[in-house]
Amino acid sequence: MNPIPAALALTTALTLPGLALARPVTLTANLKDYGGEGAYLAVYVTDAQGAYAGSLWMAGGKSKYYEHLSDWYRATGGDMAQIAGITGASVGSGRQLTITLDLADTLMDAGYVLHIDAAVEDMRDSPSEITVPLTTAGAGQAVPGRRYIADFSYSM
Amino acid sequence: MIRTLHRWPGLIAALLLTVIALSGALLSAYPALDAVQAPPAAEAGLSTAELATRILGRYPSTEQIRRAPSGRITAYYYEGDTPAAATIDPATGAGVRAADTPAVQRWLTRLHRALLLGDGGRIAVAGGAGAMLILSLSGLVLVARRVGGWRRFFAPLRGRLAGRLHVEIARLAVAGLLFSSVTALWMAASTFALLPEGPGAPRFPDVVSGQTGLAPAAIATLRDTPVADLVSLTFPLPGDASDAFTLKTRLGEGYLDQGNGTLLAWSDLSLTDRLTETIYALHTGQGLVVLGLLLGLSALGVPVMAGTGLVVWLAARRGRPRLRHNAGAAQADTVLLVASEGGSTWGFAATLHAALTAAGGVVHSAPLASFAPARYAKAKRILILAATYGDGAAPASAKGFLGRLAALDRAPQVPLAVLGFGDRSFPAFCGFATAIARLAAEKGWSALMPMDTVDRQSPQDFARWGRALGATMGVPLELNHQPTAPRAVALTLISRRDYGAEMQAPTAILRFALPARSLWQRLRGAGLPHFAAGDLLGVLPEGSALPRFYSLASGCRDGFVEICVRKQAGGLCSGQLLDLQPGQTIAAFLRRNPEFRPGPGHAPVILIGAGTGVGPLAGFVRANRAGRAMHLYFGTRHPDSDFLYAEEFAQWQAEGRLASLTTAFSRGARPRHVQDALRADALRLMALVASGAQILVCGGREMAAGVSATLAEILAPAGLTPADLKAGGRYVEDVY
Repeated sequence: MNPIPAALALTTALTLPGLALARPVTLTANLKDYGGEGAYLAVYVTDAQGAYAGSLWMAGGKSKYYEHLSDWYRATGGDMAQIAGITGASVGSGRQLTITLDLADTLMDAGYVLHIDAAVEDMRDSPSEITVPLTTAGAGQAVPGRRYIADFSYSM
Repeated sequence: MIRTLHRWPGLIAALLLTVIALSGALLSAYPALDAVQAPPAAEAGLSTAELATRILGRYPSTEQIRRAPSGRITAYYYEGDTPAAATIDPATGAGVRAADTPAVQRWLTRLHRALLLGDGGRIAVAGGAGAMLILSLSGLVLVARRVGGWRRFFAPLRGRLAGRLHVEIARLAVAGLLFSSVTALWMAASTFALLPEGPGAPRFPDVVSGQTGLAPAAIATLRDTPVADLVSLTFPLPGDASDAFTLKTRLGEGYLDQGNGTLLAWSDLSLTDRLTETIYALHTGQGLVVLGLLLGLSALGVPVMAGTGLVVWLAARRGRPRLRHNAGAAQADTVLLVASEGGSTWGFAATLHAALTAAGGVVHSAPLASFAPARYAKAKRILILAATYGDGAAPASAKGFLGRLAALDRAPQVPLAVLGFGDRSFPAFCGFATAIARLAAEKGWSALMPMDTVDRQSPQDFARWGRALGATMGVPLELNHQPTAPRAVALTLISRRDYGAEMQAPTAILRFALPARSLWQRLRGAGLPHFAAGDLLGVLPEGSALPRFYSLASGCRDGFVEICVRKQAGGLCSGQLLDLQPGQTIAAFLRRNPEFRPGPGHAPVILIGAGTGVGPLAGFVRANRAGRAMHLYFGTRHPDSDFLYAEEFAQWQAEGRLASLTTAFSRGARPRHVQDALRADALRLMALVASGAQILVCGGREMAAGVSATLAEILAPAGLTPADLKAGGRYVEDVY
């Protein structure tokens, strides 16, 4: 399990009304040994109503493949502005993705849900591979994925 | 220019291209394997709706159905909570095997398109594809030049094995390599988003019916979409009423309502996208298995061409000698300009340079392309040694010379001598040298001496020209140039048969072992190359650098090297050869003599020889396994003394290799020469010639002249002359 150094997102990824405070949050996803090309991962948040709220990270650089991250693509219409400045490399089989970013306090315990869509070339698309509510209590607890992600957790 | 364009991308990219080509060749086998193992293709006209119904019948949790360009259908579903995938038999909807790509194939794919690296690797591979494209195009031009024009593109080749192999493979593989490299570049451009992008997936509709549960069979669009057009069908997420079916076809993609089946949104693929899909399918062989295999076979030629190309380049580099005392253009009294293609003409130039320098001259040698008459301030003569490339074209080192000469206001004042190098068996023998001489005459450039030629690197031709050149300068000039002599191999005598001792004319048939030759030697043209009876063996006697040439009486298919030698009075080489005992060795090399051998076809062959001249003729008969009608006229001294090959001739006649043998013994009971034997057979010879027979003569100069005169008499009634037959290639001589 080699951790992939990810760029530190210095500014809050999500600009929400009433934003007052933010705290650093570390997201960690360990990938299974699914034996294929590097996985594209879209990390984003929906609100209590299930509506798209914003993107946190995009792992994978070629926009032509983004439509395979179908829930994210559906929510954003493939809008590249949503991930401007928060893209990185795709994540190889068996590797780890770690991102540290400043997350607004208002996102915690307010019904927001973090999603990860995953896709791998010539393999099945896995939209919403991870769906986990953002709660203070849930921090540090590993959640299993369906196809490509062995487990995911966020910590404050 | 073209040659440079071929050489450097080739040398730089050789290793990269070898990796790409080998991995590509291996990958090309997978679609074929797939095709063999695949379930039967979907029945004609099968709709996507019906296919989806069949698959859902087997796998109710199916998320997505995909169809590859090869026609393979894959379903993605769940077994309990575990994601699963299977290759589907469209006739039943049942999975027939796992859908995973084999790990080896995945590894090869990553190697092939990105050298196991990321985008850097992809860029390197795209660079390789660009190099391959340049190499293919420049190679096409070079092949056309080498063989003498586009219409002769598939003409037989001559020259060393490495060069021949390079061109033979190139001619077969170039179409596939062009296709692979162009499609690869297109795909690379697509990957890096350099092509105009299509609209992509349409925006997901804001409003859907909110109903769920419609079966695929009830959706008109799916019923109207044949499986042949399907790319993928994604089912709505169970329990999500806001989701929809996502359909991708070869024409476009869109969303279908899961409650009422209406087409919610659609966007057509752009022309570029459709082209990209087609190119991907063809490049990978998924669209056309046979094309894929052909591309793979073409790719297999790349490593061989990389290796042989390197060998050719090294040989050409080695072939260009270093010149000692090369004077500046302004100081030289003799300006020696060289137009060389493979480098062999430079060898001659170096010999001439050295001889002129030794005779007190100040010589400036340079490629013909550097022709700059204004700089030749002290020159007394300009010498041009010019090879010809293919069908009369200028060699690389002479590009632009004719144009520059034509553009001169007036020709240089110092006189010019042109010496052409070439091969008489090519249609445009010394074509480039002739063009130079003609243009020089038109420009009024005074000639130091008439244009002359050197056929197939003949040292004799060159020495003769040197003497003539020396005469114009008032100095004796002996040019001894042996282009291939230093590459001698050791031949071991395995047997000898002696004749002629009674006649004070010791003669022997010497048989040497055929030396083994490694592949590396073959590629470099080292060792004893492929030879046939009638080719020449150059023997280097001890104590002399000048080789003596003997006609070969065997081909390498016979498995030995055989020559006939008669002791010459005071002859250094023949004396050493006749003293040779089995187990001892000589130093020798091969010189081709392709004109002196029976022509193609089934026409009869008349062989006329005297003394040791019977050697190559015996070799032709020995090689005549096809039983072509060969009639031998053999003149020698005495049946008991020097009747070379007497036993073999009897055996070959019995085997049908020799149709008839007519002997003429000059010291027998009834002395006569071979000319007399011919005259006695006049009617038969005339009939044979009338039926298209070819005549091959081997022997001393006097004998050959006598035979020619006799045949002229014999053929006169039929209105034919030996000269006519010579012009048509039906009368060839090997005279010593």
